[in-house]
Amino acid sequence: MNVAKRTFDAVIVGAGGAGLRAALQLSEAGLKTAVLTKVFPTRSHTVAAQGGVAASLGNSTEDNWHWHMYDTVKGSDWLGDQDAIEFMCKKANEVVIELEHYGMPFDRTDNGKIYQRPFGGHSMNYGQAPVMRSCAAADRTGHAMLHALYQRNVRANTQFFVEWMALDLIRNADGDVLGVTAMEMETGEVSIFHSKATIFATGGAGRIYYSSTNAFINTGDGVGMAARAGIPLEDMEFWQFHPTGVAGAGVLITEGVRGEGGILRNASGERFMERYAPNLKDLASRDVVSRSMVTEINEGRGCGPDKDHVLLDITHLSPETIMKRLPGIREIAIQFAGVDPIKAPIPVVPTCHYQMGGIPTNYKGQVVVPKDGNPNAPVHGFYAAGECACASVHGANRLGTNSLLDLLVFGKSAGETVVEDFKAGNLSLKPLPADAADASLARIARLDSQTGGESVFDVGLEMRRTMQKHAGVFRFDALLREGVTKIAAVAERAKRTEIKDKSKVWNVARMEALELDNLIEVARATMVSAEARKESRGAHVRDDAPDTAENPNGRDDKNWLKHTLWYSEGNRLDYKPVNLKPLSDDVEPIALAKRTY
Amino acid sequence: MTKRTVQFKIYRYDPDKDEKPYMQDISVELEPSDKKLLDALVRLRAKDDSMSFRRSCREGVCGSDAMNINGKNGLACLTDIDSLAQPITLRPLPGLPVIRDLIVDMTQFFKQYHSIKPYLVNNDPPPERERLQSPEEREELNGLYECILCACCSTSCPSFWWNPDKFVGPAGLLAAYRFLADTRDQDTNARLDNLEDPYRLFRCHSIMNCVDVCPKGLNPTRAIGKIKDMMVRRAI
Repeated sequence: MNVAKRTFDAVIVGAGGAGLRAALQLSEAGLKTAVLTKVFPTRSHTVAAQGGVAASLGNSTEDNWHWHMYDTVKGSDWLGDQDAIEFMCKKANEVVIELEHYGMPFDRTDNGKIYQRPFGGHSMNYGQAPVMRSCAAADRTGHAMLHALYQRNVRANTQFFVEWMALDLIRNADGDVLGVTAMEMETGEVSIFHSKATIFATGGAGRIYYSSTNAFINTGDGVGMAARAGIPLEDMEFWQFHPTGVAGAGVLITEGVRGEGGILRNASGERFMERYAPNLKDLASRDVVSRSMVTEINEGRGCGPDKDHVLLDITHLSPETIMKRLPGIREIAIQFAGVDPIKAPIPVVPTCHYQMGGIPTNYKGQVVVPKDGNPNAPVHGFYAAGECACASVHGANRLGTNSLLDLLVFGKSAGETVVEDFKAGNLSLKPLPADAADASLARIARLDSQTGGESVFDVGLEMRRTMQKHAGVFRFDALLREGVTKIAAVAERAKRTEIKDKSKVWNVARMEALELDNLIEVARATMVSAEARKESRGAHVRDDAPDTAENPNGRDDKNWLKHTLWYSEGNRLDYKPVNLKPLSDDVEPIALAKRTY
Repeated sequence: MTKRTVQFKIYRYDPDKDEKPYMQDISVELEPSDKKLLDALVRLRAKDDSMSFRRSCREGVCGSDAMNINGKNGLACLTDIDSLAQPITLRPLPGLPVIRDLIVDMTQFFKQYHSIKPYLVNNDPPPERERLQSPEEREELNGLYECILCACCSTSCPSFWWNPDKFVGPAGLLAAYRFLADTRDQDTNARLDNLEDPYRLFRCHSIMNCVDVCPKGLNPTRAIGKIKDMMVRRAI
């Protein structure tokens, strides 16, 4: 097959918040940049973020980046790297103000500043009381942000390749990254995008779970590509289950609802979070709230005929507040739960929402892997940002509003690093290996010729059900062990997927089969990493790692204060230390402590 | 809801194998949990993986799954399946070239969106903090910024069908007014100049199909009226 080659200074894969923010740096610096995206940029999943973006602007309550950093480290259950967290929290005001200057329609305070609301796990004065840190555009912050970033890229003349699906990462014998292969959906043609720098901003893979707030497109494409190319994946056992997905539908209801005063209630109408988190209550961090909800349901205090959900109540808020601050939520509740939240509470359950782990990077956005004794050696030419990357700022549990901040800060940082590396002459167009496109062409050829194979739909369903049952909110040793075997079997089936549709033109079946290859890498990484981590930390809670004096909340810092690295080849695990040292002398390390809210 | 079988009539065209488009009769059994048209389409795909349509967020914010549903444009993910008369007739959005099945080529639509300079223009040196805007000034952007670029409106507009290359269309004009209405934007005159043309703005004849179909409940006709008002006020 004849494969066209295109050459660029930089290729960015993904046009969500992180990709668009990185693209701005490169376009404005005059680099010849291609942004590849499976969907038109404003359809990327950043669009679905609702509640806000964190920054210690202090517009409504006193705030500073030290408090934000403390909350983030504590939220991460100390698995987050403190250099990256310091960097992110310090940069927050700058990137949010930039966004305002780009035209983002933030809500406003009476004195004309950016409106901020409280959010889970965010506090003033090191955990004392809720703080107003989440900068919001009603409950459509992600939509407003993604459009503002796209619009700014239109102004900067960024070159987009829309509805091009990246297939595989190209590396040479030294392990340098030389670009990607990609398929144009409209023609089915595969091209090589040869570049000096490659930035992955491909988002998460929440679609490995049966019940997910994530869009259909969230199939972990960059994470899967990296894994297949020999890059280890970091901390993949840590998945965030958002407390408030609409029961049965999975659609997200923002934590901003609780920020505006919403309350979770069980079957007897009790505000049960008061028992689990006496201080922050409904605004405790997400892992804590999700576990409390599941405990209520497991102990028979769930709501509805099947006692399988709890209720999110905002009927005590004024209709004006709901219409003004939470209009999108009202639409979603009416559409997907059949209730008007002005009049009745919304049925909700914890739902898979966010991938804390991903492609290992440092705070500059460089992809880093263990090499010659250095656990964090940069891979030449390779960068990543946003949900697909693990910087690691979220550690074992992400705070709400830190994801939009993550993609702004690290999208920009990855872009800046590429521009600096480019100016310093560190990046060059290295020769492509002769077999650069072979792996991708072989995958497509197999799909075209496979007979008597497995349905993509069936294999995908089996994967999602297995993940849901074996690696959920609470984790059990026997289930995890069984899960490892089951996912390995699903992965074998995925090698034999068959599609009936052989058309070259906009072939959704082919796209879904190729996406499944990426999802499977993520599912394997998750199950294997989770089975191996014999402690409870953040979102990873095992019943055989209970709360003891030695191991508070089941967290075993002596043996498990370390990042997991999973290699696809051989399902191999490795570990690397957590960076407990901040980036500068401006702040002392946040010392290990038991997490309570 | 219970299990039920739903009948469809769906526009099919694969240029790789079909000489011309045809309407396919097909039915699918739904699970009790299937509520939206998109749920049914996903089930259809499990049965026939060649059925092609765009989809992503499944909650009405990404704008991917716009199509013509029983003669009216809408989003599959926000349309209740049980509210539709059967057989449910699905066609691609009208007025745009069809790539395949329910997938249209949106180049012309986005070209018009890009033509209105859809970005904030403010040439003052950026201040250290946010530019101030009162809650009332910000309120002016409500009903404008929420557009998801699904193209339901523009592809239901006869003026856009006739002159897709010259008339900006409701989505593009809504976006134009979103920037005209923003107190932080300084490009008012250039924006109005850009639209002062027999076609770009004035081909809107207030037919209001756009308002009727907008899945986000937005009102492009009102925004267009406000742009016209600004033109008039500028002239006197």
